[in-house]
Amino acid sequence: MTGQTMTGAQALVESLKHAGAEVVFGLPGGAILPTYDPLMDAEGLRHVLVRHEQGAGHAASGYAHATGKVGVCLATSGPGATNLITAIADAQMDSIPMVAITGQVGSPFIGTDAFQEADIVGMTMPVTKHNFLVKDAAEIPKVIKQAFHIASTGRPGVVLVDVTKDAQQAMTEFVWPESMDLPGYKPESRPHGKQIREAVSMLLEAQRPVFLLGGGVIRGDATEEIRELVDLSGAPFVTTLMARGALPDSHPQQLGMPGMHGTVAAVSALQRADLIVNIGARFDDRVTGRLDSFAPSAKIVHADIDPAEISKNIEADVPIVGQAADVARALTAELRERLAAADERDYGAWWTMLSMLRDNYPLGWTETEDGFTAPQKVISRLSALSGPEAIYVAGVGQHQMWSSQFVTYENPRTWINSGGLGTMGYSVPAAMGAKVGMPDRVVWSIDGDGCFQMTNQELATCVINQIPIKVAVINNSSLGMVRQWQNLFYDQRYSNTELNTGHGSRRIPDFVKLADAYGCAGLRCERDEDIDATIQQALEINDRPVVVDFTVSADAMVWPMVPAGVSNDEIQIAQGMSPEWERDI
Amino acid sequence: MTTTSTTDYVMTPHSQTLSVLVENKPGVLTRVTALFSRRGYNISSLAVGPTEHPEISRITVVVDVDQHRLEQITKQLNKLVNVLKIVQLDARQTVQRELILIKVTADNTTRTSVLEIVQMFRAKVVDAAADSVTIEATGTQDKLTALLGMLEAFGIREIVKSGEVAIGRGGRAITDRSLLS
Repeated sequence: MTGQTMTGAQALVESLKHAGAEVVFGLPGGAILPTYDPLMDAEGLRHVLVRHEQGAGHAASGYAHATGKVGVCLATSGPGATNLITAIADAQMDSIPMVAITGQVGSPFIGTDAFQEADIVGMTMPVTKHNFLVKDAAEIPKVIKQAFHIASTGRPGVVLVDVTKDAQQAMTEFVWPESMDLPGYKPESRPHGKQIREAVSMLLEAQRPVFLLGGGVIRGDATEEIRELVDLSGAPFVTTLMARGALPDSHPQQLGMPGMHGTVAAVSALQRADLIVNIGARFDDRVTGRLDSFAPSAKIVHADIDPAEISKNIEADVPIVGQAADVARALTAELRERLAAADERDYGAWWTMLSMLRDNYPLGWTETEDGFTAPQKVISRLSALSGPEAIYVAGVGQHQMWSSQFVTYENPRTWINSGGLGTMGYSVPAAMGAKVGMPDRVVWSIDGDGCFQMTNQELATCVINQIPIKVAVINNSSLGMVRQWQNLFYDQRYSNTELNTGHGSRRIPDFVKLADAYGCAGLRCERDEDIDATIQQALEINDRPVVVDFTVSADAMVWPMVPAGVSNDEIQIAQGMSPEWERDI
Repeated sequence: MTTTSTTDYVMTPHSQTLSVLVENKPGVLTRVTALFSRRGYNISSLAVGPTEHPEISRITVVVDVDQHRLEQITKQLNKLVNVLKIVQLDARQTVQRELILIKVTADNTTRTSVLEIVQMFRAKVVDAAADSVTIEATGTQDKLTALLGMLEAFGIREIVKSGEVAIGRGGRAITDRSLLS
């Protein structure tokens, strides 16, 4: 291809192939029309036509999350581009490698408020890792190469490339550049030997150490290395929402998820630790609770590929900049050497306390008072019957927390959710993207009735393009998490959270009929005794998407819970119930 | 007499000067300033211009923050792809200058007194009218504040001030063509 004369549009398509893209999720429009023409004949580059650009963005994100490759989405100028913004912000917050390409009005029209003109570069500056405006066809290959490089290296993120219509139409000689030409971008850093030695010294001196594992372990494909480290150390570990599946739930040192809806054992381990070794987590407010009372006696080792995360929220005693895998490898080697010389670790008392907490306060739920199905039970059975090889993709809210709590994760990249931005509507399109990337896996979208109504139009995309995802709508007929807060903090005044989709309502819309209208299989499950059979039935349908309307109780709540803005010590295991610290510790 | 301990100095906000070397490309200043506003950092002063290398621009930014904040700002700025290098300039080892233009009321009765002040501060008169003179002065913020204080009594009609620019003392340069490789 190099040396051939072609249009900027052809060069764009060619560049995407050179950069390794296999799939593009998008929707055409005026300013991106030139690119859609060569895309029609592009071999080895599949285009999936979505029904809304936000769906394209989340699909690219789900694809990237499931495969580790860069996800690509494509939209036109103006509203096409602005519709991508939510998905871009979402992926950026969760460090997902993604390249978003948008058409822009012709360069002579820029700044004239032309039809479908929007300054998408300006708008996405705060929510991308970097972005480009390309007005010259000759620049397209270089910029695409840079975009993929920036998106996928260091701390991954989103790069937007805005290409004017005239740049797509102009003729240019295609040259795939050799070098990157990014003098200000130096993303990789090797962990510093001195810091590694200091971290290991702390680990050996600590009596109550905990590994806090974050999404960086998954983004950095560090599962093997981290596993070796925690196995050798023998210290307990917790996996944040973004790190569920980073190490197996069946691992004996696993304490579960920390944070606002974390397990008592995980939250308490951090609160009582004398050392936290954080690898790839960012001390998010949902994990720390009130900062001034978080882990009051813990020294902090904080390893992250992004130096700006270190000492951002919690001051680190030992900062380590590096990829999770490199950090874990270095820590393991140093630890092994030091243990061979002398092993004075004694985590006995620590483990006695943590095991007791784990045994006394396992995750669970109580039967519902209205007699309707407990949503936790549905999710728990989904996990049991679909197994740890399946991929679970959640939206945002109660069903997301339950999916994190009650699905058993044994493998990385099997749990996909919108963690940082908390984007309702993420699940269906992200599941679609995950299924495109991992066609041989069972992909469950576990969605809420509120979330599902935000993006379910992508079911059409799934049917037409033969992407047979399975959707479990955990239908409690309301915006459940908001309702839970209204129940707990707003005197049970349920302002605008009733959605009328479930038990005793008019069922607007009827999700089974909706599924049917889209050409999906639609199933409904309203009683506990039908749960297993319904899931089995859904698992057997693989020639089209399945939507299961699990109508459940609206009163179920997510527990444990640390209310917003208070200390993690105030964790409640059920409404008004705190763990009996006096008895247990 | 009170002394300021090092910890106080680190913990309390005070004026800090950063030299940010960036690629001379469209939109880079926007990226830098947008980062400040997005992260909630206040800019006290900003000056931008070319360097001896046409491909490199230099942004001098003064912020009023504690050491922790300053580190965060520096780390976040470093993440911008077009930012080549950031140097925190130590006030004691740096020459800092601002430029100010002052239009001050001065008629036959007061002009001489105004000109005396101009001389005292080694400033210049760059324009004059029957009832006013326009003064140009450069210097540190302290000097310019003192000058303004002296002129206030005559009636200041208009002032315009540049952002602070700063350069390290001694022979070493922070700009270097190797930044672009």
